[in-house]
Amino acid sequence: MEHYLSLLVKAIFVENMALAFFLGMCSFLAVSKKVETAIGLGGAVIFVLTLCVPINNLIINGLLKEGALAWISPTFGDVDLTFLSLLAQIGTIAALVQIVEMVLDKYMPSLYNALGVFLPLIAVNCAILGTSLFMEQRDYNFAESCVFGLGSGIGWMLAVVALAAVREKMRYSHVPPGLRGLGMAFIVTGLMALGFLAFSGIQL
Amino acid sequence: MDKQAKAALVDPLFNNNPIALQVLGICSALAVTTKMETALVMSAALTIVLILSNVSVSLIRNYIPSSIRIIVQLTIIASLVIVADQVLKAYVYDVAKQLSVFVGLIITNCIVMGRAEAYAMANGPKLSAWDGLGNGLGYSVVLIVVAFFRELLGSGKLLGVTLLSPVTEGGWYQPNGLMVMSPSAFFLIGLGIWALRSWKTDQIEEEE
Repeated sequence: MEHYLSLLVKAIFVENMALAFFLGMCSFLAVSKKVETAIGLGGAVIFVLTLCVPINNLIINGLLKEGALAWISPTFGDVDLTFLSLLAQIGTIAALVQIVEMVLDKYMPSLYNALGVFLPLIAVNCAILGTSLFMEQRDYNFAESCVFGLGSGIGWMLAVVALAAVREKMRYSHVPPGLRGLGMAFIVTGLMALGFLAFSGIQL
Repeated sequence: MDKQAKAALVDPLFNNNPIALQVLGICSALAVTTKMETALVMSAALTIVLILSNVSVSLIRNYIPSSIRIIVQLTIIASLVIVADQVLKAYVYDVAKQLSVFVGLIITNCIVMGRAEAYAMANGPKLSAWDGLGNGLGYSVVLIVVAFFRELLGSGKLLGVTLLSPVTEGGWYQPNGLMVMSPSAFFLIGLGIWALRSWKTDQIEEEE
């Protein structure tokens, strides 16, 4: 149990997807103008990550890994399909986002309307593919990948909501013309990343 | 080279830079810039993938039904990235190890998708190739500038060659540890955008 807890805390704070690995930066900067939209996208990211990292984990371990196909017949025992993992993962993510969109539209229209345009955008959010690839690289098992997906999602949401809150206040300050908008967003994110560096000392 | 092709090639460098103005492909730009070597390899990989994907999307643009175009584009890009990944692993294994997941992340690098969607779907293969090269170079310029400062100030080296001999090896330069960590990348790009916009004042954003 402790192992999973430490993995969760690590994924949220120490190895924050947005601030330590720069993943999902494009939408991170694009939607962080308002806290409300930031919460919407953050929620959608958590949702998709928690689903797709475990699913990708099953696909990689069950179909693509060397020897994973031995259950069909022993002659497939030495087939190694790991080179397909990129294609498989992005396929899963795109398909999953599509399915989630349709299910939400049918059964939870209020949530669907709240997430709005953000759902399709998530398919190309590199935080999703990045987390999935880290999961593959670090060889997590199924339970670990569930926790890792959830933790990374929460960490990303935390970062994007915090940045949005800062940028809302930024409206009242006098920013030099050249720095207005994007430039200032980078500087603020840098300062936040600096703050998050403090967590790297945590040993769990 | 006619005017249109030249515009497609030169515009993305400073006037319409993918990172500084279009806000595309920032993730990898920040992550691979701790060293010049990784930045160069990443730039080369992205530029090649971008040119090839632009050309392939442009070649079949009239046959793609618009309802499934995203999937088609994604498949083309993913296949190209797999090739790039395998080539890097075969020839420059050490660098490929350092780039870790970021080669795979070219797939979701918004520059590639963005250019396929915005340019290659509407223009012929030749112009799309120039556009791909131009945007690839625009991305590379930012990467190389950021990597230059991060490696030089962070470890006193460039491409592994010591230029400022650090204190730890008996020299005079005290390496700036912050430069090799993530916040410095944000600061450098932020300052870079500031510099660019002071030069090209038409890129300044409206006050909110």
